[in-house]
Amino acid sequence: MATMPSIKSREIKIVQDIPISKTLQFWESLKQGKVLATKCKRCGKLYFPPVADCSECLASDMEWVELSDEATIETFTHVVVRPTTFQPEKPYTVAIGRLKEGVRVLAWLTGFKLSEVKVGMKAKLVAKITPEGKPIYEFIRPE
Amino acid sequence: MQYGDVMKKVAIIGVGCSKFGVRNDVNVAELAFEAFKPSVEDAGITPKEIEFVAVGSTGAGAWYEELLPAVVSAEYCGLTGAGLIRCEAACASGSAAFSTAYWAVASGQVEIAAALGIEKMREIDTPTMMEWIGRAGYYLWEFHNFGLTFPAYYALYATAHMAKYGTTEEDLALVAVKNHKYASMNPIAHLQNRIIVDDVLSSMVIAAPLKLFDCCPVSDGAASVILASEDKVKELKVDTPVWVAGVGFASGTANMSKRLDYVGLEASVQASQKAYKMAKITPDQLDVAVVHDCFTIAEIMAYEDIGLCEKGEGAKLLREGQTEIGGKIPVNVDGGLKAKGHPIGTTGCAMIYELTKQLREEAIEKSRQVPMKNYIALAHNVGGTGHYCYVTILRR
Repeated sequence: MATMPSIKSREIKIVQDIPISKTLQFWESLKQGKVLATKCKRCGKLYFPPVADCSECLASDMEWVELSDEATIETFTHVVVRPTTFQPEKPYTVAIGRLKEGVRVLAWLTGFKLSEVKVGMKAKLVAKITPEGKPIYEFIRPE
Repeated sequence: MQYGDVMKKVAIIGVGCSKFGVRNDVNVAELAFEAFKPSVEDAGITPKEIEFVAVGSTGAGAWYEELLPAVVSAEYCGLTGAGLIRCEAACASGSAAFSTAYWAVASGQVEIAAALGIEKMREIDTPTMMEWIGRAGYYLWEFHNFGLTFPAYYALYATAHMAKYGTTEEDLALVAVKNHKYASMNPIAHLQNRIIVDDVLSSMVIAAPLKLFDCCPVSDGAASVILASEDKVKELKVDTPVWVAGVGFASGTANMSKRLDYVGLEASVQASQKAYKMAKITPDQLDVAVVHDCFTIAEIMAYEDIGLCEKGEGAKLLREGQTEIGGKIPVNVDGGLKAKGHPIGTTGCAMIYELTKQLREEAIEKSRQVPMKNYIALAHNVGGTGHYCYVTILRR
């Protein structure tokens, strides 16, 4: 980095507490193996990621619905050069899949060799708990 | 009333641009000065005559230490007292600042305004830079659990474009080869080495299918643009004013998962159509364009999105050499973001700098001066992965 004369700035550590109270059911349901979306009770629009407020009709009356697990992969990438907080991970594949309900999900895709991954292929969306105990969702190989 | 018809005429009367690259020899204010000083000298005015200043910068407090770069730079450049704002539109912050300065003059509220793009990106390490920029999008839903980087976001577009239109990795490489060629003729460019297709194909994978040479460098740099009303242009006897003919803008969803598709940027389509409408021109009247080539795939999509060719024909336009000097529409003959460099909040102003020089037929090196027929030029500047888009049309 700096080869020219410089002084170090004061060091700070930044960790934000991100509120999830309005979408808590989503994060809790992942632990039960379910991936939930929200649906506006007034206009019927389906949202993934889930939201508490409808950007279509501005109502704030949502119901939780469980998503199907069948996804069609629309695009993907394999991330080799990773950011600081993902340095401990091995290179990972990220994909965007469309579910039959019409919403799309962006998540990691696991269980495939990179050469097997194609646009238009089927994958299964699952909820799981990481070895560190964090609830998450990802695409895997369908049975 | 037509879009933009209420605006008063506004001209660019001065431009300046610093050397791009790793600029650890200067701090943010000193870097701003390098671009600002030549722009006021070019305009033939003093800093005190500038009534309003819009600054484009994105990394304040994150990848460089100053949280208020606008005030720090304004003080350093003798602009204290002027109306002041910092504009954020990610990698289109420079264009957001340019538009804001344009509106200040076009509305009739001020006679002279400045747009300053300033970015210092090389004071932190590369993985931390990847982290900061990866967070720009929707942190909660796309970065927090999935670690998308910026190359990865654009790689999602590259994969889809290749699958749908048969665009190849060699096609992507041609963008880099072309832009490095022109950067090698541009003394202020960050990367000045000429490369061949094999250099790109054999470079390390960053986010497949994008490789190192498909990506723009992480650069420091500043650019400055001085704008004035028609009355001021007459009063100052500016000999070659460059007029702002059209400004278009649009935005896209924060979540990539909510975009219409992954083969183009809808914000680019919308912004360019608005700019053409305001300027009352069609794409075939352009003499030269600069487009947002942060990654090679982005330049190919830009050709299609702003109407230089049909959708899916971007790679063909490139292969035929139509976007080189001598072709139908030369693109990024300053080296583009890909090789001139992409100090992200600066880029929009640096694009205006380049087009102003081109329209005045003052390109730094004659070898990359585009022959002018209609004296009309276009700048296309994307923020994020199509989160923001600004398109500016200039006319001499």
